[in-house]
Amino acid sequence: MDEGSVSPNAVAVEGQGLWKGFSTKKWVGTKRQVTRSYALKGVDLAVKRREILGILGPNGSGKSTLIRLMATLLIPDQGWLKVFGLDVIRDRQRVRRLINRVSVEASFFKKLTARENLAYAAGLYGVSNAKAQVEATRILASLGLQRDKLEVPLETLSRGQQQKIAIARALLTSPTLMLLDEPTTGLDPTSRRDVQEFVLNVRREHDSTMVLCTHDMAEAERLCDRIAIIHEGRIIAVGTPADLIASYASGGGLEDAFFHITGLDQERLRAEAEGDG
Amino acid sequence: MSPTGRELHALWSVVRRNFHLVRRYLGWELVFLFYNVINTLTIALIAFALPPADRDRTIIYLTIGALLWNFLSILFQEVASSVSWERWEGTIEYSFMAPIHRLTYLAGVCMYAVLYGVLRTIVILVAVALFFHIHLARADWLGAAMILAGSSLPFIGLGLIGAVLPLLSTERGAQATQVIQGVILLVSGIYYPISVLPGWIRWMSHLSPATYTLEAARRAILNGEGPLHLLPLTIKLFLSGLILVPLGLAVFQLAEHWAMRNGTLKRSG
Ligand SMILES: Nc1ncnc2c1ncn2[C@@H]1O[C@H](COP(=O)(O)OP(=O)(O)OP(=O)(O)O)[C@@H](O)[C@H]1O
Ligand SMILES: [Mg+2]
Repeated sequence: MDEGSVSPNAVAVEGQGLWKGFSTKKWVGTKRQVTRSYALKGVDLAVKRREILGILGPNGSGKSTLIRLMATLLIPDQGWLKVFGLDVIRDRQRVRRLINRVSVEASFFKKLTARENLAYAAGLYGVSNAKAQVEATRILASLGLQRDKLEVPLETLSRGQQQKIAIARALLTSPTLMLLDEPTTGLDPTSRRDVQEFVLNVRREHDSTMVLCTHDMAEAERLCDRIAIIHEGRIIAVGTPADLIASYASGGGLEDAFFHITGLDQERLRAEAEGDG
Repeated sequence: MSPTGRELHALWSVVRRNFHLVRRYLGWELVFLFYNVINTLTIALIAFALPPADRDRTIIYLTIGALLWNFLSILFQEVASSVSWERWEGTIEYSFMAPIHRLTYLAGVCMYAVLYGVLRTIVILVAVALFFHIHLARADWLGAAMILAGSSLPFIGLGLIGAVLPLLSTERGAQATQVIQGVILLVSGIYYPISVLPGWIRWMSHLSPATYTLEAARRAILNGEGPLHLLPLTIKLFLSGLILVPLGLAVFQLAEHWAMRNGTLKRSG
């Protein structure tokens, strides 16, 4: 089998019993205290091929940590995770050839231009620079970014513009699995729509699977085939947006279902009751 | 692209990225270069306070120290700060999840460091030569080049070990690399023979590859000793490189694994 190819029936991502904790050190008087808190507490997940799986959850619930495990940037404490049947630890190198990630914080050399950053990316992923530049220009045009923005240092671009370049950079390596960690956070409504259209297009035209973290319910509902709701390191509900709404918020929307599932509606009711009393 | 072709392509893109960065920070580059030139000149000017008989030899003695230290510290610093730099820029996760061997990435960083160090050293050398009208008729340049090549390896190895520290601890690591550099500067006999050092730190001189580099460079340029005479020293340097580079790589990979377990690759935390 060629290093880059995968069997067509493989599950895109499969993981079981994933735990990940982080230690934080602090000084209490003259004593150093190490506390370990867990970002993921036994997560099981499966993403089908060509599926867009949404991950919804409050701040600090472990979404980015989960994405980092898939991106081979973190090693789980316990459990296993496979991307197209390849173990993220043992077959790290081969997994890396199949994935790319767009993170919340656009990770660029900010003094360099978009073109220079793209040249670096193309080099790392074995894409010829000439081809990468043409492809990126095309992608960015469809995302509504003017050409001349590619020639100036990235620090002079707005956050949304940088985010679009990050998306183009990830796409030009034609990843089979695309990890999107809040790709539209900070984008204006039009740009957000452009990116969403684009994601749907990519899925239609290429053979790619996506995992998408977002705080935008409408976006999740629009893009995702299924949604996993994560809360305090555990996935507490999975289903199609329609299923989730039907089971947890009949008559309401995805947001109501989200509040219900994460128990945040209880808290809100309690807070309101206290406020009244 | 063949797998080897792909790795070479990636290696080149790391080198190119760094030169792009140099171009963007050109103002600072020029300022640092200016400072380096002045610093080298002031050190060499110390020789003018000496009786005329010792002067020429001392100018060259000091200049060799200043130039070599300049080159070696660039090597060490560029390699050692590559990780903290990427972390500061926020690109470290992007670079480290790329489908290339870590060796390729690090080789790119080292190759850039050597090219950049050589370029800067040449500029300073030219400036010093113009300023003092130095005659280096007796110098054996082939011998000096051999020494330079031999000393690059151990310094790259030290740089790799230095680069590991910021992977382990964000701020402390970067601080520690500065301290290491300072100690090497003190014990390697850059501007004085190591015999002037107090006994309790002199043993460290024998551990620093810079000590041997300087000794060899001075013998080549001041005494005109040829490659044959310097061969034992060069072999020593080369061997220390053969140990330090693989050691640096191994330590780096262990540290990366550790960082992936502990979540310290990330920019913050
Ligand atoms: N590298 C790290 N070191 C220490 N703690 C970490 C690290 N990464 C994450 N954490 C902790 O793990 C928890 C989960 O973080 P994570 O970034 O996965 O949350 P998230 O769901 O992505 O949140 P947000 O919606 O704010 O992006 C948090 O409490 C965070 O402080
Ligand atoms: Mg996050």
